[in-house]
Amino acid sequence: MTATPILEARQLVKRFPVKGGLLGKARSWVHAVDDVSFAIAAGESLGVVGESGCGKSTTARLLVHLLEPDAGTILLDGRPIGVTNGVPLTQARRQIQMVFQDSFASLNPRLTVEASVAFGPRVHGVSQREATERARSLLARVGLEPDRFAGRYPHELSGGQRQRVNIARALALQPRVVILDEAVSALDKSVEAQVLNLLLDLKAEFGLTYVFISHDLNVVRYMSDRVMVMYLGKIAELGPVASIYDDARHPYTRALLSAMPSMNPRRRTTQAPLAGDPPNPIDPPPGCRFKARCRHAEEVCGQGDIQLYAAGEAHRVACLMDQPRAGHSHSAKAVVP
Amino acid sequence: MNLTATLPAVVPARPAQGYWRSVLGRLVRDKVAMFCAFMLLAIVLIAIFAPWLAPYDPAAASMLKRLQPIGTEGHLLGTDELGRDLMTRLMYGGRLSLVMGIGPVVLAFVIGSLLGVTAGFAGGMVNTSIMRTVDVFYAFPSVLLAIAISGALGAGLVNALVSLTIVFIPPIVRVAESVTTQVRSLDYVEAARASGAGNAVIIRLHVLPNVVGPIFVYATGLVSVSLILASGLSFLGLGVKPPLAEWGLMLNTLRAAIYSNPWVAALPGLMIFTVSICCNLLSDGLRQAMDVTR
Repeated sequence: MTATPILEARQLVKRFPVKGGLLGKARSWVHAVDDVSFAIAAGESLGVVGESGCGKSTTARLLVHLLEPDAGTILLDGRPIGVTNGVPLTQARRQIQMVFQDSFASLNPRLTVEASVAFGPRVHGVSQREATERARSLLARVGLEPDRFAGRYPHELSGGQRQRVNIARALALQPRVVILDEAVSALDKSVEAQVLNLLLDLKAEFGLTYVFISHDLNVVRYMSDRVMVMYLGKIAELGPVASIYDDARHPYTRALLSAMPSMNPRRRTTQAPLAGDPPNPIDPPPGCRFKARCRHAEEVCGQGDIQLYAAGEAHRVACLMDQPRAGHSHSAKAVVP
Repeated sequence: MNLTATLPAVVPARPAQGYWRSVLGRLVRDKVAMFCAFMLLAIVLIAIFAPWLAPYDPAAASMLKRLQPIGTEGHLLGTDELGRDLMTRLMYGGRLSLVMGIGPVVLAFVIGSLLGVTAGFAGGMVNTSIMRTVDVFYAFPSVLLAIAISGALGAGLVNALVSLTIVFIPPIVRVAESVTTQVRSLDYVEAARASGAGNAVIIRLHVLPNVVGPIFVYATGLVSVSLILASGLSFLGLGVKPPLAEWGLMLNTLRAAIYSNPWVAALPGLMIFTVSICCNLLSDGLRQAMDVTR
């Protein structure tokens, strides 16, 4: 990528203390996001997949600055956010918006739909009349007739309608990047498809950049240009959607893909691709995080940090098997691209 | 598929009905709550207009007409141990008793909500310091605490009011803190923060409207407790002093007549009971009316 990415994360780290002991001192730390770096080009959709607890949502919350990273920086248009000489935080907030998973919890039950959508612009100094106007036109744009829906309260809407309101709310600040944190996961399939198509239309119309977080691999494939696979707070694999889905390198990605439900009976899986739960993210051991569940794990996998390695053009994978001379018995076969 | 285009006039634009108006609508349909509200309103009005409604002077004693039974001519509800008309004294007594029942709860509601919402929203050290201080008060049974504070401050109406307020602040802080902590972590507060809103706006628009209801319902339930505690303080001589009329105090002075004239002696207690149960039932109705189904 030669152009400056619209949003870039550099070595993001977020740990949560595990309280314990007499005085509630942090005894140990959950490594929710551990040294994660990636860049998103303007107009791109980056899909983020992984099991629950792998750090997808924490990454999202770091990107919108709902959480402060313990280390690392987030850059908007190549400029760091929230530091002197960088992008001011309020500016960044206007440009990066988020849609949450729980459509009910993300709307204030005491505000009408219109007031919820108009809230963001109001905060940023837009007049009441103009904010309301913008809210109404956005509601119309997401498929909710303002004359019928503007005055309603969240509990009077269906899940799909509420999520449309949430999308309108995120767009009300005219952001350039929208982070969709499991935004369609709670919807039933037919509604999910409608909302996904709406999201694609909106992306084209407003020139948006999406970070699309989901555990549904089919949905991610449909929505994304590139895919980032996360495992226990680290990036396992990152690459264009075609090469991830057709040429997955990391054993974890392969396991995820083989667990994907398929319409083709011949591709039906008969055995579980992975055994066990992901290991405890509290103070994880050194080396590859996946080694405990990986059938190719060897002794070298437990030594040192595994870096992302180029496994093809724009395809990065954090597995020793794809690194020549890494000491793994498979790594001899790896080729330098 | 555009359904809205095909039915333009069938579904008219619904006027935005406020949340509190819809709560009121549901409350009005609750017969029990409405009956209780009516009773309370009647009692409050009678207490307010006691000087015009009462047949006698509440302090006018008559040695000849002591402890008359209910239904005595001229004294419909009988007389007390000093021959004062009981109906008059019940009407006047309602004034002080209601002040003692509602006053501390209103004060504690304001102060307690302020502290609780602050603790819940700020979290961390602020939360810990406020909540642990409150826990100290929790260590004492409420009656004991009220008596202790009243005893330390000395008898009197204002001191009883202050001591009851102090007694009711801790439970309200607890409720306010727990509701606020719940609301604070909800996605809509996060979304508001993500759109760049400051804490003041978030609290005013997103937190307060969502926590004030549950705290208010809890506080209305405390009115009956306050009334009983206030009566208890008066009974012990720590609240209102004779010859002032107050239900608790009347219960105290009339207890000598409990064997000779039980019905008359029980009347102030009956008033306390009626107001308490009406408050509790109204509070229950309010909670049901405020419960918005998802």
